Amino acid sequence: MLLQQLVNGLMLGSTYSLIAIGYALIFGVLGLVHLAHGEVFMMGALIGLQLVLWLHAGPAVALVGALLGTAVLGIIIELTAFRPIRARHGPIFAPMVSTIGVGLILQEVATKAFGGEQVGFPHRLEPVTWRLGPITISSVQLLILGVSLALMVALHLWVTRTRMGMAMRASAESTLTARLLGISTDRVILVTFAVASALAGAAGVLVGLSFNAISPFMGIDMGVKGLAIMLLGGLGNIYGAMVGGLLLGAIEVLSVAYLASSYRDAFVFAVMILILIFRPQGLFGVGQVR
Amino acid sequence: MGSYWESVLIFLGINTVLALSLYLPISAGQLSLGHGGFMAIGAYVTVICTTWLGWPLPAGLAVGGLVAALAGALVGFPALRIRGIYLIILTMGFGEIVRIFFLNFEPTGQASGIGGIKHLTTLPLVTLVAALMLACLMRFRGSRIGRALRAVQEDEVAAEAMGVNLTRVKVTAFALGALGAGLGGGLYAHHALFIDPAQFGFFRSAEIFLIVVLGGVGSYWGPVVGAAVVTLLPELLRFVQEWRMTVFGTLLVLCAVLRPAGLLSPRRRAAA
Repeated sequence: MLLQQLVNGLMLGSTYSLIAIGYALIFGVLGLVHLAHGEVFMMGALIGLQLVLWLHAGPAVALVGALLGTAVLGIIIELTAFRPIRARHGPIFAPMVSTIGVGLILQEVATKAFGGEQVGFPHRLEPVTWRLGPITISSVQLLILGVSLALMVALHLWVTRTRMGMAMRASAESTLTARLLGISTDRVILVTFAVASALAGAAGVLVGLSFNAISPFMGIDMGVKGLAIMLLGGLGNIYGAMVGGLLLGAIEVLSVAYLASSYRDAFVFAVMILILIFRPQGLFGVGQVR
Repeated sequence: MGSYWESVLIFLGINTVLALSLYLPISAGQLSLGHGGFMAIGAYVTVICTTWLGWPLPAGLAVGGLVAALAGALVGFPALRIRGIYLIILTMGFGEIVRIFFLNFEPTGQASGIGGIKHLTTLPLVTLVAALMLACLMRFRGSRIGRALRAVQEDEVAAEAMGVNLTRVKVTAFALGALGAGLGGGLYAHHALFIDPAQFGFFRSAEIFLIVVLGGVGSYWGPVVGAAVVTLLPELLRFVQEWRMTVFGTLLVLCAVLRPAGLLSPRRRAAA
């Protein structure tokens, strides 16, 4: 029973990780919060769904389509809602206003284009379930876990092994120094937005596959939770965000199983507030809080 | 004046009250995205007083505001240790916890909320409350704690070195902000006539935040201007019908890009 709950928690948590990593990437490079990131996640789910409905595509095509679509969306958001403010040296809350605006636009565009009600993926891919001793795993669960882990490994390789990834880490360390060293920080930021948004888009398809509840407003809760997880792992720390997401998924599922289920989100936020008060650098953060 | 525009003006007044209440903590450098939570507490407590206990509205508002202020002081203490983005996320979490509490609290009807609230919020009343708040804030500016607040905003360490009691100033700013939000919540409930937890979610907090930041934190008129823009613009945009949130969102992006420090940004910019 406990083992089964942990597996379910891991599955849920891996999608949280993908969202939180996006926040961490953007925060790492810009030191800013992107309040429409939840809406990017929602657009990913909707793009995936439309690909399946119109083109009768399989989950793989839906996933790739959502990845590409949200990457482009992320680039557009950076170019319209972040870069102009950066150019004018606006205060840190100005991008929060502009991204709230972007979130409103995306919600309404999604409502107009796809309708406001909750929809699910058509059940063409019948989930197969396997029993492994005491636990049951479905093919959808495996897909979610596998895709999330693969994306995280790819991200790790990108960040550590490629020139662009290293440029990104340098920019996160200090934008000014990175620019002095000849790194085009504007391009780095653009790529960071594309990668962060693509991860959110993939998470959208995965969540859509597992919960069958896609709506234009699904991004709000997820956006807030993703931010909380980024904090849990330490601001701007992508590995912290990975572990934090898995941890939060497990906490959430366990609190549903063993505590009052309707308070599960309150429980998640209570944990988050305690961490903020006692360990503001996050569970895995080191050094001083800025 | 038609009842439609009267209703819009009442919402404008309520939004002004909410924005002025958030202005205080923001001007002390405490960015908060959880004002919807304080508003919810004020709304529920006020409605319980007026609808269940049969009290007059001013008494209910007083109790609602005080309970919200108490919650504000409670949140204000941990908020001392953290600032900036951390505080934003902490207050966001607080707002969510309040919403989820009311979503599960049986006496207040859980998700179905409380209906059948009497329409007691009139235009003169809202105008009076907003004007009083504005007057108080202006008086407050020159007062001892008001000056301390500005000192804290400029430079916390220097302010503390000058003998400003940082704890007292910051908790006071947060509690007073929560008090105002509680009042706004009470007024809102007696105009909307129906409250449920969904009305006080993240979006409400973001809206209040938006009003203040959009108007600019340089002067007390900033929140008023912001409230006017955020309340009236969607109404004036009714001609674009179903796309009005898109147009509104676009205008928000434009405002943030063209006037990043707020519509009423001060001429003198603080050194970065």
